[in-house]
Amino acid sequence: MKLIFERSREGLRCATIRPLEVSPYEFEKSYVRKDLDLPEVAEVDLARHYTELSHNAFGVDSGFYPLGSCTMKYNPKLNEEIAALPGFAKVHPLQEPSTVQGNMHLMYDLAVSLMELTGMDGMTLQPCAGAHGEFTGLLLIAAYLEARDGKKCKRNKVLVPDTAHGTNPASAVMAGFEVINVKSNAEKGVDLDDLRAKVGPDTAALMLTNPTTLGLFEKNILEIEKIVHDAGGLLYYDGANLNAIMGVVRPGDMGFDVVHLNLHKTFSTPHGGGGPGSGPVGCKQQLVEFLPDPSIIADKKGRFHFVRPKHSIGKVSTFYGNFSVMVKALAYIKTLGRDGLKESAEHAVLNANYMKARLQDIYTAETNRLCMHEFVIDLQKLKNETGVSAKDVAKAMIDRGMHPPTMYFPHIPGVIDEALMIEPTETENKQTLDEAIAVLRELHDMAYSDPQYLKDAPHNMPISRPDEVLAARQPIVKYKA
Amino acid sequence: MSNYLSITQKETEEMFDAIGISKCADLYADIPLSIKNKPPFNIEKGKSHQQVMDEMAAYAEENTVFKTIMRGAGAYDHYIPSVVKYLSSRSEFLTAYTPYQAELSQGILQSIFEFQTMICSLTGMEVANASVYDGSSAAAEAAFMCVEKDRRVILVPSNVKPQVVQTINTYLRRRNITVKVLGEEEGFVKNGKVDIAALERALNDETACVYFEQPNYFGLIEDAEHICEAVHSKGCKVIMGCNPMTLALLKSPGECGADIAVGDAQPFGLNIAFGGPYLGFMATHTDKETMRRMPGRIVGETKDDKGRRCFVLTLQGREQHIRREKALSNICSNQAHCALVASMYLAAMGKQGLRDVALSCTSLAHYAAQEFTKKGKTTLKFNGEYFHEFVTVSPLKATKIVEKCAKMGILAGLPIGKNEILWCFTEKVRKEDIDRVAALFN
Ligand SMILES: Cc1ncc(COP(=O)(O)O)c(C=O)c1O
Repeated sequence: MKLIFERSREGLRCATIRPLEVSPYEFEKSYVRKDLDLPEVAEVDLARHYTELSHNAFGVDSGFYPLGSCTMKYNPKLNEEIAALPGFAKVHPLQEPSTVQGNMHLMYDLAVSLMELTGMDGMTLQPCAGAHGEFTGLLLIAAYLEARDGKKCKRNKVLVPDTAHGTNPASAVMAGFEVINVKSNAEKGVDLDDLRAKVGPDTAALMLTNPTTLGLFEKNILEIEKIVHDAGGLLYYDGANLNAIMGVVRPGDMGFDVVHLNLHKTFSTPHGGGGPGSGPVGCKQQLVEFLPDPSIIADKKGRFHFVRPKHSIGKVSTFYGNFSVMVKALAYIKTLGRDGLKESAEHAVLNANYMKARLQDIYTAETNRLCMHEFVIDLQKLKNETGVSAKDVAKAMIDRGMHPPTMYFPHIPGVIDEALMIEPTETENKQTLDEAIAVLRELHDMAYSDPQYLKDAPHNMPISRPDEVLAARQPIVKYKA
Repeated sequence: MSNYLSITQKETEEMFDAIGISKCADLYADIPLSIKNKPPFNIEKGKSHQQVMDEMAAYAEENTVFKTIMRGAGAYDHYIPSVVKYLSSRSEFLTAYTPYQAELSQGILQSIFEFQTMICSLTGMEVANASVYDGSSAAAEAAFMCVEKDRRVILVPSNVKPQVVQTINTYLRRRNITVKVLGEEEGFVKNGKVDIAALERALNDETACVYFEQPNYFGLIEDAEHICEAVHSKGCKVIMGCNPMTLALLKSPGECGADIAVGDAQPFGLNIAFGGPYLGFMATHTDKETMRRMPGRIVGETKDDKGRRCFVLTLQGREQHIRREKALSNICSNQAHCALVASMYLAAMGKQGLRDVALSCTSLAHYAAQEFTKKGKTTLKFNGEYFHEFVTVSPLKATKIVEKCAKMGILAGLPIGKNEILWCFTEKVRKEDIDRVAALFN
């Protein structure tokens, strides 16, 4: 594929604006830059270019996308159209509040729905993604503990299970904490003995993903809650996996104090090739006064106001967060309603269990338990016997018109080294699941009959496997003519 | 009432059988009974698509959509070409995840590579990342990049966007870093601009970096080259926060000598959308240490095993999914689709078109300033050169002017004092609207 710069030809124009209605202003020479290098193309060139790029991209609309932990469910078109309404898209963030009551009302209603779904007493919509939410939630915890225990507060450690997503420990460090890793037990949940040994007067919080990143509900959740709370620490819920349980059980009722959600996962907003997301953070009553600035409150007359919470941690982004994403999420919640949300969660779990049930005779998976919305297959045995790795199987799936599952996460060295994490989501139909099952079974056979074919996969894409070592060793990060 | 499932009752039962259960509730056996299905969820029943459209449109209708917007202060209302809206909404772009699987994501990876290249062009830098959340988080992440063991003070003049300073503060406060905001009282900001002599005095060997904006919050063009020179002479780093639209005409951060350029690329084709999603960008130099500290995704060019050019996410050794608690940033999802829109916008406007837009903005602003102050009752607060934003001081109360403009369908500038307004002009504003507002002042 040509780069847009390679399509550029001097003097071509695409979009144009109205002629100047006033005289042109000329800056003094000292202010003015040298040449500016941008592409020059006609509109048809631009349309062809991006259409070609789109043909070399793969979205949920293109096919099965079982990317574990990412909840690649269908993104409703209705929500896109709603978010583009001028009343949402063409409104300035710093308009007088009396002229943006609709937006404030919408954000208020979304926050209330999310509080309801998570069992929380307060909610901020300001964080722009999951990791941003984690950081925000941990700052809330820090501010609360400092207020509770005074300046002498020594709670500077955050406990993180070894199965946690990489953002959890990274966020904890950004929020000024030290990370203590907690081991997993034989059931792939938190090892209670290890937790007891590590929790103490220096514990600020435990960060937990539940269902875990192995797609299993943490059975000991109530005991974990007791251990951490008894030690004076708080519980942080990574809501990446809420899709399994929304409408069924709430993090608040499991005893969590702070939770972040990913509207770009659970609430069907498109991921856009990497973003934008939205990572609202909910908290229990005692933390509400620390929420980011501003919060929205409603008065008795039904008017909405921006207020700075009494001991706010401050701002985490420029305005109020990724507003258009919020619009789409609320439209989704309204469409499904309380029963539809629960039904979606149930079907997400049903789909995952169906695939697991039909794969676990040949792929190593957790066989004596039902999974939640996703499951992990461990390809270590296959690799030992055939040399075919999780990556090889994933790449071969691409040839069959599917997006591969998440690879090598979770990764616990020596315990799970060859993970494929499969999350079908609720919006896939049975035919798609059956096809995927058939493909995975066939690739398993092929690993024994023709391993080299898998190691060379994909075969039918515009490129074969890229040389990542070369990319990192001699970085070329921009186009040079 | 509506759902996005694609399954029949019969298929559901077949799946139950395959799993060995008889109803959905059986799937949740691992959840303790005491917490399951506890609260009645106070969320309404589902609705038809049509009802949802009605209800959502009702929120939208509660807002005022101004025909003309003369307010900026961090959110800029520019013309968005149709071709950008249409092409960017293609579902292969919109409904994809982060391009972890290079072989089926070349289109997205290439679009990010093109975005990085355009940001490098505009900023005069050597490397740009694939985006961060917004201009504020870009500034905060950049400040953190500059911190050394014994250099832990960030200096920020008070004439930058207030939200940016607040965000920098939130990001760095708990990391044993001091953010010092210096203003007029300290003589640091004079006549709306950074005072170079005061800046030199404020720097010492504990200063990690200085963050300043070009143009600054008041719209004024700073003496960026001398700021960079002064900061470098004390061995500190300098971060230049830019409105990238101004870079179509003004000297780039690279030319001025900045170490890191950051900003919000919302002006490039993104709706003002009540504050988001916007587009934080970050560009810098390619020395090893700077690259190592850069947060976020970076796309690099490489070859596949048949020698064909291709693109991958690269230098991932910096990122949270590899380095976990040792990562310097936690960012995972970014604003990729906004970056796609911005690069489409830049390609659609092109070299000449972008200059046209920038020229229109600054020409309209200078015309407006001249008309607003014609009778001498209203004056400009500062006398420095500006781009497309400026501050007026007038005997009329700022809120009164806002009200009067609103009656004409115009969103006036942002009141930043009892009698002070921060105005912004983009190519969307008509001359006749400027004349109508000028009549209020004269
Ligand atoms: C378990 C888990 N936590 C956190 C995150 C981070 O979310 P985001 O990418 O929105 O920052 C992810 C996303 O991949 C995740 O899977």
